Amino acid sequence: MSAATFSVERGGAASRIAGIVALIAIAFLCTAPWWAESGWMREFNEMACYLIFAMMWNLLAGYGGMVSIGQQAYLGLGGYTLVALGNFTGMNPFLAVPLGAIAAMAAAYPISRIAFRLQGGHFAIGTWVIAEVLRLTVANISAIGGGSGTSLIALRGIEKATRESITFWMCLASVVASVALVHWFLRSRQGLALLAIRDSEVASESQGVDVAQTKLWVYLVAAFGCGLAGALYYLGNLRISPDSAFSVNWTAFSIFIVMVGGIATVEGPIIGVIVFYLLNRLFSDYGTWYLVGLGLLAILVTTRFPQGIWGIVSARFELHLFPVQRRLTRPPDHGMAPTPRDR
Amino acid sequence: MSATLLATRALEARYGDFQALFGVDLEAREGEVVAIIGANGAGKSTLLKTIAGLLRAPREAVRFGGEPIGGLRAGEIARRGIALVPEGRRLFASLSVEENLRMGAQCGRRGPWDLQAVFELFPALRDRSGAPATSLSGGQQQMVAIGRALMANPRLLMCDEISLGLAPIVVKGIYDALSAIAAGGLTAIIVEQDVGLARLVSHRLLCLQEGRVALSGPSDGFSREDISRAYFGAAAEAGR
Amino acid sequence: MIGWLDTVVQGILLGSLYALFAMGLALVFGVMRLTNVAHGDLVVLAGFAAIALAGQLGLGPLAAFACLLPLAAASGYALQRYVLNDTLGRDPLPSLVVTFGLSIVIQNVLQEIFSADPRSLSAGEIATASVRLVEGVTVGVLPLATFIAALLVAVALQWLFARTAAGCAFRATSDDRETAELMGLDARVVYASATAIAFMLIAVAGVLQAMRTTVAPADGPGLLLYAFEAVVIGGLGSFWGTFAGGLLLGVTQAIGFRLDPGWGIWLGHVVFLAVLLVRPQGLFPRTR
Repeated sequence: MSAATFSVERGGAASRIAGIVALIAIAFLCTAPWWAESGWMREFNEMACYLIFAMMWNLLAGYGGMVSIGQQAYLGLGGYTLVALGNFTGMNPFLAVPLGAIAAMAAAYPISRIAFRLQGGHFAIGTWVIAEVLRLTVANISAIGGGSGTSLIALRGIEKATRESITFWMCLASVVASVALVHWFLRSRQGLALLAIRDSEVASESQGVDVAQTKLWVYLVAAFGCGLAGALYYLGNLRISPDSAFSVNWTAFSIFIVMVGGIATVEGPIIGVIVFYLLNRLFSDYGTWYLVGLGLLAILVTTRFPQGIWGIVSARFELHLFPVQRRLTRPPDHGMAPTPRDR
Repeated sequence: MSATLLATRALEARYGDFQALFGVDLEAREGEVVAIIGANGAGKSTLLKTIAGLLRAPREAVRFGGEPIGGLRAGEIARRGIALVPEGRRLFASLSVEENLRMGAQCGRRGPWDLQAVFELFPALRDRSGAPATSLSGGQQQMVAIGRALMANPRLLMCDEISLGLAPIVVKGIYDALSAIAAGGLTAIIVEQDVGLARLVSHRLLCLQEGRVALSGPSDGFSREDISRAYFGAAAEAGR
Repeated sequence: MIGWLDTVVQGILLGSLYALFAMGLALVFGVMRLTNVAHGDLVVLAGFAAIALAGQLGLGPLAAFACLLPLAAASGYALQRYVLNDTLGRDPLPSLVVTFGLSIVIQNVLQEIFSADPRSLSAGEIATASVRLVEGVTVGVLPLATFIAALLVAVALQWLFARTAAGCAFRATSDDRETAELMGLDARVVYASATAIAFMLIAVAGVLQAMRTTVAPADGPGLLLYAFEAVVIGGLGSFWGTFAGGLLLGVTQAIGFRLDPGWGIWLGHVVFLAVLLVRPQGLFPRTR
């Protein structure tokens, strides 16, 4: 048997093309403040926040195997940190945004000590309880507006167009950075460890993966992302309240976005948020029936098409725009075609 | 020559993408004991599980009492008279010994085996009938598992590695009981790690090697070399 | 002093309602490891259904309940058999997402039909009747009836699981689904039957909640959290544990409300988290 030379492939033609297209699109979007309406930019900001939040939920649930219904805790923490810093210390809110994310991440550490006592479905509801505790706590603190909330006043001195431009660029930069970071992380050794843990904790532990450490890191990163989304959202929204910031609807929408778009893929949440945006534009006037429709759609997708839109497309066309796997390939003269396996 | 009770034809079985059985032909006649031997991973347990209905088989690939049973649910196959003592015993941890035994009668078949009959066969269980099943010793748990299968009053009893993890003297006691049952006319298929024991208790032998039948015939009709070759495969001879 | 005694007693009565919420959740989780996120919304739905039945057919609460019970059992069986059974497995995600979607659907459909306002089921005289236990401690007849109902349910469930063939089947299928199938049980039917019973318990809880206070379409998630906390505080594997967990939660909330109305529910959540931190297996777990 002759010595075979194997090589490890990471990307493909599709991902290279997609990368170029993405760069062009991002460059184009950067110019938006000069030609786009402020209403459109606000919608973009909102969707950017939903996308970041959904990507974090996807990281936790799709890759980490931890289904959380309480990530809104960190979104709220990020938002309230921003407002508190801006209103009480007079700090420039734009600079306070990353601090909101860091505050959320810092809170995630002690919270994880409690939440990680639970598994599976119990973990999911336990995280919801924790989010509720935060909501009730904040609602009882009158200094930040109590139950009815408060406004971000620190931006009042800044001219509207400037404020909107900077907010837009920050949202754009954050969403691009989030996608890039998630993609980079999943391609790394830690990312591989995460996938291994998702498939079997016991097996990966026996291979030397520090399961507890990895899960903790993913949880902290997800908290950071959700905090960032919260800070950005309320930077644009200017008014915050506990019922809005700690609402379980954030998680509800992100579950929809991820499941419809394609769980455990990097492309999925992006597709999902586009679908979500379109459905929102078309049907949100129908109020409760629109929500009923979203709920039914989520049930349908989970039972009939669990891979989501991107899962189906990707499998059908062997397409990976954000390749995460490593493919073992052999020089073609051995007559054995490499067969990429599904995630 | 007694009638064929169970027959498999070209039986294949898969776990997802992994194929475990490749065209296995097995036959068990009424009243006889067939032993299946083979190395770990050869497919012995898979074969029993497929016959029992835990894995799907094509309809005609398994015939029992002349009827095709491939593709039926495990419960339906149990009702028709096949009982499996699973590998690792698989007793219900939340149930007592007696409750475990009663579970065996769930399929509703009538016959000589009831709680009293099982306690007569395995007297050690009578005193511990109210205890949680998993609090018993390994040997006693094996007795419960066998008793549970007998409570189904099967026409065919299948035992998967019942000697695993047990002391030799305990194994002897269990196989003595099994021989008594078989002498009463019950057909049995046993999977056994211990080749000597397998040859001793069975009429016919089947050796599996990597999912295929490597040897099949009367238990006393093979030499040790024959069995060794079948067990380990031709490569063992080539001295790889 | 008497004031505190009264608070504890009211807390116990409130907690017995939480225990009732929790029983169905504990049952379903115990048999099939399913966490039904829509559990609280189903309680609310049951309350509204009773209100609708009473209103449309001119029935009293007991008659409305009697009509509701078979409907609840049938819908629970069907939901489990044809929707939820497919979501069971090692991965908790499908069942969580499907029941979460169900929760959203129920809340919004109820809002469409009944509007967002709280409603209640008129219980007539017993709604306001009360009994005096000792000087300074008065208990409402309805809360007392709720306590007795919760007690009876705990006894009945314990008996069902420990002493009946059906309970044996539940325990066996929960232990080892594959081997249970070998015995002749059909796990699909076992699971659906368990959910049918859980839905009957949900009906009891929903009717009592609607009589005791009000039900509004958005109430579901709150009730789910109380039920969940009662189950976890009490410890898995024991209905008496769930009962005790509910009582403890009720007492904690009552004490919290007495200290400051804004912090009542908060204290309940915090005590839950404390129990989780200090004794994650719960107070009365049944080890297998």
